[in-house]
Amino acid sequence: MSRLNKVFSSLKQDNRKAFIPFITAGDSGIENTFELMQSLVNNGANIIELGVPFSDPMADGPVIAKSHERAVADGISLRDVLGLVRRFRKSNTYTPIVLMGYLNPIEVFGYEDFANQASQAGVDGVLVVDMPPEEAHDLKHLLNIVGIDFIFLVAPTTTDYRLKLLSKIASGFVYFVSLKGVTGAGNLEINSVNEHLERIRKYIDLPLGVGFGIKDTDTAKAVSKTADAVIVGSSIVSFIEKHAKHKDKMINAVSKFAKEISSSIN
Amino acid sequence: MSYSLPDDKGHFEQYGGVFIAETLMTAVTELQQAYEKYKDDEEFNAEFEHDLKHYVGRTTPLYHAQNLSNKLGGAQIHLKREDLNHTGAHKVNNTIGQALLAQRMGKTRIIAETGAGQHGVATATVAARLGLECVVYMGEVDVARQSLNVFRMKLLGAKVVPVSSGSRTLKDALNEAMRDWVTNIDDTFYIIGTVAGPHPYPMMVRDFQSIIGKEAKEQFDKQVGGLPDALVACVGGGSNAIGLFYNFIDDKSVSIFGVEAAGYGIEKGPTAHAAPLCAGSVGVLHGNRTYLMEDENGQIIEGHSVSAGLDYPGVGPEHAYLKDTGRAKYVSITDDEAIEAFHLLTKIEGILPALESAHAVAYGVKLAKKLPKDKHIIINLSGRGDKDIHTIAEIEGIKF
Repeated sequence: MSRLNKVFSSLKQDNRKAFIPFITAGDSGIENTFELMQSLVNNGANIIELGVPFSDPMADGPVIAKSHERAVADGISLRDVLGLVRRFRKSNTYTPIVLMGYLNPIEVFGYEDFANQASQAGVDGVLVVDMPPEEAHDLKHLLNIVGIDFIFLVAPTTTDYRLKLLSKIASGFVYFVSLKGVTGAGNLEINSVNEHLERIRKYIDLPLGVGFGIKDTDTAKAVSKTADAVIVGSSIVSFIEKHAKHKDKMINAVSKFAKEISSSIN
Repeated sequence: MSYSLPDDKGHFEQYGGVFIAETLMTAVTELQQAYEKYKDDEEFNAEFEHDLKHYVGRTTPLYHAQNLSNKLGGAQIHLKREDLNHTGAHKVNNTIGQALLAQRMGKTRIIAETGAGQHGVATATVAARLGLECVVYMGEVDVARQSLNVFRMKLLGAKVVPVSSGSRTLKDALNEAMRDWVTNIDDTFYIIGTVAGPHPYPMMVRDFQSIIGKEAKEQFDKQVGGLPDALVACVGGGSNAIGLFYNFIDDKSVSIFGVEAAGYGIEKGPTAHAAPLCAGSVGVLHGNRTYLMEDENGQIIEGHSVSAGLDYPGVGPEHAYLKDTGRAKYVSITDDEAIEAFHLLTKIEGILPALESAHAVAYGVKLAKKLPKDKHIIINLSGRGDKDIHTIAEIEGIKF
């Protein structure tokens, strides 16, 4: 059983929900990211989503887009991100790591090398924002071989036809984008989220995570009533931006926020 | 025509495709279906052709540049005068087509990205005419160097949004337009200005621009007889080039040359030029697989060209395909060579070319010199140079 499956099934047994924080790898330095990952785990993160820096993060709002820019400016590459995961795995063998990013760094790395090295490093899932199922066949095959879950976004605009398509290729969990827009945008409407989750469950038999627009404990709590996982990105990244030069303040702020979110959903 | 790419998934062999987030997939699928429905629709095409004739001013002339040809002493040069279109460039052919499609899809809001501002102006123009709300995204750097076009767009009623993310140029304007689209997906139509983006854009923009080569072919046959020996067009994203090339792809006797921007010189490295086909590598950006300016980690490199319309780090996927198959040859021209060609054409023919088009002129001049007098070259004069007068003046140290 994969690490992701283990986490979701054990949470399910306890009737609990997963908290999945997102941070961009290398934003304010790889060393800080490494420490943040441990703090997130210590404060209730069940799974960690690591952003792979890219120069053109088209689906991200200003907060996460800027975190990509900062990490790219510091020269953080996919190779560095895999190194970070390898290092994290030396002391943590249970928290699943999902890489979230855009296709081009993987394209240039080479699909096969990426699948092999990600697996060796201890990556559990991969979400490639700009690779829809129609174009994902080759990468899916290679990730399957090494046992890495291929995670896909589902949008409010995703049709039933596409849900069927996604159900054939997605594994691990599904990431429902709670609103029309980019990461960090607007406010989510809980009723609409619930309706969509119900619709998705008709087609896809995987844990459902909800992200985009979860900014505080109230929304996290509301979402956790029906979702299997709550994904929070922009709010955490904005703490990193705010305290980029003060590592202790950064870690404290992120830890405190993570603790609040994780307690609010369980 | 035996050439039939792209396939129904938008692939030109390994290039093209649909590489976008799930959040955009339904909108792009709707667009694919709408374009599929209307592209062979008689009424749609009749309206498109009517507007091109009565609003844009087509047919544009194919002009035999005799002074230039005589001076060079080689092949005869013919200029396809896209600079004479309403709004001053080929861009409007495409914005007319996409705006008519937007109307039929019931969209009330138009967004666009722009680099030099030509596509922004062409979009704002058709939006004004059709009474559609228009928002144009433009990198801060380009807003500063193309202030005239920014004001033109505002006069036309468009809102111009300066983009401060990334390198603050065309590619970032495209990113920002995508972000707008995904947020306002219900009422908004995104008019992409070049043959990039996810399928169907590279095909659709090509189809709307293919009027250039269709006319040129007929005009050449009438004026000279038969087929030209060579075609030359500048390539940024590559819409004017594919517009000229498309109807000649099956005519194997016609040599095809796409001219990229060598900027300060390709040998000076990737930040000094904007020539992904000549010196880039394959990757995925803005919805398709193509040649890109990128580093060894897959980060996009912002290149340089004196012409804002050519410094895009990608290129239309169909050009990538034509390069690999050898059907078209891609070459490059430096800033200095383009500026020299700008002056040459201005003085000898009384035509101010856009700096983008001046790249094509510069290569056409080189090519003509190597060929005998009975050979014929068509150069796509994709736009007029009025917008670049400030840039030229600045280079010469002149202040207004």
